[in-house]
Amino acid sequence: MIYKAGSYDVIVIGAGHAGCEAALAAARMGCKTLMVTMSMESIALMPCNPSIGGPGKAQVVREIDALGGEMGINVDKASVQMRIINTGKGPAVQALRAQADKDEYHKEMLKTLLDERNLDILVAEVEEIETSDSRVTGVITKTGAWFACKAVIITSGTYLKGRIIIGDLAFDGGPGNQFPSIKLSDSLQKLGLKMGRFKTGTPPRINKKSVDFSKMIEQPGDERSLRFSFVSPRMERPQLSCWLTHSTGITHQIVRDNLDRAPMFSGVIKGKGPRYCPSFEDKVVRFADKDSHQLFVEPEGRATDEMYIQGLNTSLPEDVQVQILKSVPGLENVRIMRTGYAIEYDYVVSSQLKLTLETIQVEGLFTAGQINGTSGYEEAAAQGLIAGINAALKVQEKEPLILKRSEAYIGVLIDDLVTKELDEPYRLLTSRAEYRLLLRQDNADLRLTETGYKIGLVNEERWHTYQEKLHILENERTTLKRTTFTPADKNIAEFLASKNSAVLRDRISLWEMLRRPELKIEDFVRLGLISDNDLDILEQLEIQTKYEGYISKQKEQVQRFEKMESRHIPDDINYDDVYGLSNEALQKLKQFRPHSIGQASRIAGVNLADINVLLIFFEKQRRK
Amino acid sequence: MFDDDIAAISTPPGEGGIAIIRLSGSEVIEKANRVFKPRRLGVDLTQKEGYSLTLGWIVDGEEFIDETLVSIMRAPRSYTGEDVVEINCHGGTLPARRCLETVLKTGVRIAEPGEFTRRAFLNGRLDASQAEAVIEIIRAKTDKGLSLALKQLSGKNSNHFHELEDSLISINAMVEASLDFPDEVGEPDYGEVKSMFASIIGKIDQILAAGKRAEIYREGISIAICGKPNVGKSSLLNALLKKDKAIVTNIPGTTRDIVEDFINVRGIPVRLMDTAGIRATEDVVERIGVERSHEVIQSADLVIFLLDIETGITEEDLAVYESIENRHVIVLVNKEDLEEKRISEAQLEDLFKEVKVIRGSVKEDIGLEELEASIENMVLSGEVQADDMEIMLNMRQKQALLKARKHIEDALFALEDVPLDCLGVDIWGALESLGEITGKNLKEEVLDRIFHDFCIGK
Repeated sequence: MIYKAGSYDVIVIGAGHAGCEAALAAARMGCKTLMVTMSMESIALMPCNPSIGGPGKAQVVREIDALGGEMGINVDKASVQMRIINTGKGPAVQALRAQADKDEYHKEMLKTLLDERNLDILVAEVEEIETSDSRVTGVITKTGAWFACKAVIITSGTYLKGRIIIGDLAFDGGPGNQFPSIKLSDSLQKLGLKMGRFKTGTPPRINKKSVDFSKMIEQPGDERSLRFSFVSPRMERPQLSCWLTHSTGITHQIVRDNLDRAPMFSGVIKGKGPRYCPSFEDKVVRFADKDSHQLFVEPEGRATDEMYIQGLNTSLPEDVQVQILKSVPGLENVRIMRTGYAIEYDYVVSSQLKLTLETIQVEGLFTAGQINGTSGYEEAAAQGLIAGINAALKVQEKEPLILKRSEAYIGVLIDDLVTKELDEPYRLLTSRAEYRLLLRQDNADLRLTETGYKIGLVNEERWHTYQEKLHILENERTTLKRTTFTPADKNIAEFLASKNSAVLRDRISLWEMLRRPELKIEDFVRLGLISDNDLDILEQLEIQTKYEGYISKQKEQVQRFEKMESRHIPDDINYDDVYGLSNEALQKLKQFRPHSIGQASRIAGVNLADINVLLIFFEKQRRK
Repeated sequence: MFDDDIAAISTPPGEGGIAIIRLSGSEVIEKANRVFKPRRLGVDLTQKEGYSLTLGWIVDGEEFIDETLVSIMRAPRSYTGEDVVEINCHGGTLPARRCLETVLKTGVRIAEPGEFTRRAFLNGRLDASQAEAVIEIIRAKTDKGLSLALKQLSGKNSNHFHELEDSLISINAMVEASLDFPDEVGEPDYGEVKSMFASIIGKIDQILAAGKRAEIYREGISIAICGKPNVGKSSLLNALLKKDKAIVTNIPGTTRDIVEDFINVRGIPVRLMDTAGIRATEDVVERIGVERSHEVIQSADLVIFLLDIETGITEEDLAVYESIENRHVIVLVNKEDLEEKRISEAQLEDLFKEVKVIRGSVKEDIGLEELEASIENMVLSGEVQADDMEIMLNMRQKQALLKARKHIEDALFALEDVPLDCLGVDIWGALESLGEITGKNLKEEVLDRIFHDFCIGK
């Protein structure tokens, strides 16, 4: 019996990383919001690796933070270790990575959700999205509750028709021993959405007490206090280490001997898995000449004995998993705590989305996260945030928020999703961002705080802190440019000599001097030439001087890029009316329905002549 | 894409009396002015009004490319509705191409097929009813251009591009894998990166040289013969003509008072220009090299400078040489067969330090073989042809290769001083430039390569 259970502005289905951001954003922007989850335990669950950040992903977490999202703040509260990786490879790819305490991460997020005035949480399974005239009107749960709403955001992760595979064992299930969601996928299909099927996997977890760490290399966190959020307090907490070990020739032999039992190879698994995250058996087969692969043993939290083995995701039978583990140095006496598995799931083919993450077919229906064919907590959270923001803006009848490829990794992510045909789960890489040098983790606040403030997600306190930072930056920059030295300055001459830096020939400003690769801004702080000692400020100044040439080169590229992006294509364009498009372009444009000429030009199969044809078409329309 | 500066040769290909290079965009007048040397000193294209004509030279630094008439049309009263410059070249196809290349060096880019027409339409210079016609033009030009360019790259020559593409993808994959997968992939070996850069530059140079060779064999070169009166210019011209059985034409200089002849030197079509024909009066020594002969010399690809061993090196010789010093010169010391030798080895070495000097006698056919060999050598830049590469490059391909080369050069230069992500800007840039030639999105292939070459995965 279906009954009317309530009415909301926005309903979020799912409570993973996308769902949490979506629900918080919509609620904080003033929408009456309901978050529906299949269980309280699965809120902000990290069913795979216990880490957040890394190249491409750290930048995203900082962007989420700058826009007023939660992931950065939450991981700062729940981390057991922080490290900056890629330190020697340049400012654009330096990336913070945290090892998180999974349980704390869940609990802290839950606290935040419960604190939100406009947000209700409901434990239920949504089975149907209700629409009228291709517009969302409500959702219906398995138990018959009908909720009316103006917008729905589906963030169901890998739950849709989730199927767990371990060797020859296969059963319906969600990630981390949760139940799958069976009927929602059919409801989406009925609405006209095209679905696909992907696969991913996770390694076995082992008991810390059964590990011989003396045979492994310790990987501690960085000593200095690090944080993702620009507003988190700097905290000193004891850190937990990760440990490095490796597979052996015996391990690989065990894999080879059991390939006939591997669902990856026996044909049981049909969904396509990500190349950047292959199963261990795949690695052994494809890189047969390698006699060893790195394995990282990572803590899953402070209060648990579970440890995650990065590098060993597998769907081999459990008995083989045990054999494999025992062949690894340090794991001779290992006891398994959780079996590794592969999971297949339905996803929404993302070319059916607009850049707002609203589906083209159904007005008011948004999808975000792994359901869109992505992988990774960070990618999911970013989409959740954008979907939440745009659902709220839509309810409030305001202009949508679309981040450009030139201003955020989130922009790159979403543009890629809606412009490309995915043939594997999508993961962000720094190499996907053409303006990588501008999209750094250090300047995410400078790029996006104002945007977050304008849409109402960044609160006054954060805005004030940000304004203050801008002010200091400006002052320090002026000082650096105004402070000059001549070859006659003895102290500077001595200092330069001590750094093996060339002698001055003319008067030169500190700003210019800092461009020399051998000089560091800390040196100038030590010399008393710079008074500020806020690490963020110093880092910012140093990057701005040192890489000024490359940065301005990229800024020029962005100017050209933005000219194409700013030519919008009207939503109601009928491509059949456009004379002169190639057949392929016609079909692709109808499928992807690009937002701008720039986006159209990135669709495979749309060439330069087709772009010209579109431009001429619009001009002709304009003159009518 | 919308209003940046573009240029193209807008007259149909083939030998014509003149060729027109059209430029359009907001800064084209200023940019054209940078490579324009007006006939009358003090003239400045940027000060010219719309619909004006200016006589002068297109110059590449010190080098005179061609004498031109430049017309200026100011926005919106031009074909495209933007500022337009049209350079009327006098010298036919090759000089027109070289003028275009010179213009491109100022940051103007080569126009896409049909781009002038498209801009004209978008800027309201063409009637709305012409939209379909404009689309037909763009479609035809783009599709034809693409299939032609791709055809050129397929077959026998394709492997050269593939090798280049392959090494660029490799180096991109190496760098990007290290940046995106630090846990699995270590830092690239800088020594290896350096040698890969060097080999990429080598490969590009090889392709460019092959392209240039093909261009030279197809388009030919011009050689001016100069020297003081009676030094043997006409005899040399005749001797070279006689050697070449395949004389194409013999055009007595009418338009410019130059004697022009077309000969064939070791397969290279050569337009010989004898400056002797220029001067009717030979009495005014000081006026040597002035005026028209000067023009001929300046626009020639190569100058043969004749000396007379009997008279020694005179003031007059030095005056002539002064006017050609900045050109590619071969010195031919004539009349070597005579007893009286007034030019010493030491003198020659002192005067012509880096210049090829041949001792011979036009009359006795001494040294002419060596002269031909030197001509071939110089125009082919001494390129060994052992690579057997035969590549015809169109202007767009050549520009793309030059851009790719510049990126790799910049990366090589900065290698020790900047971090990997900055290097990535240029390494990517090179890949993108090359992608313009093959029309492929090479970035996707970089990802494929990463997953193929490196074992990546948590």
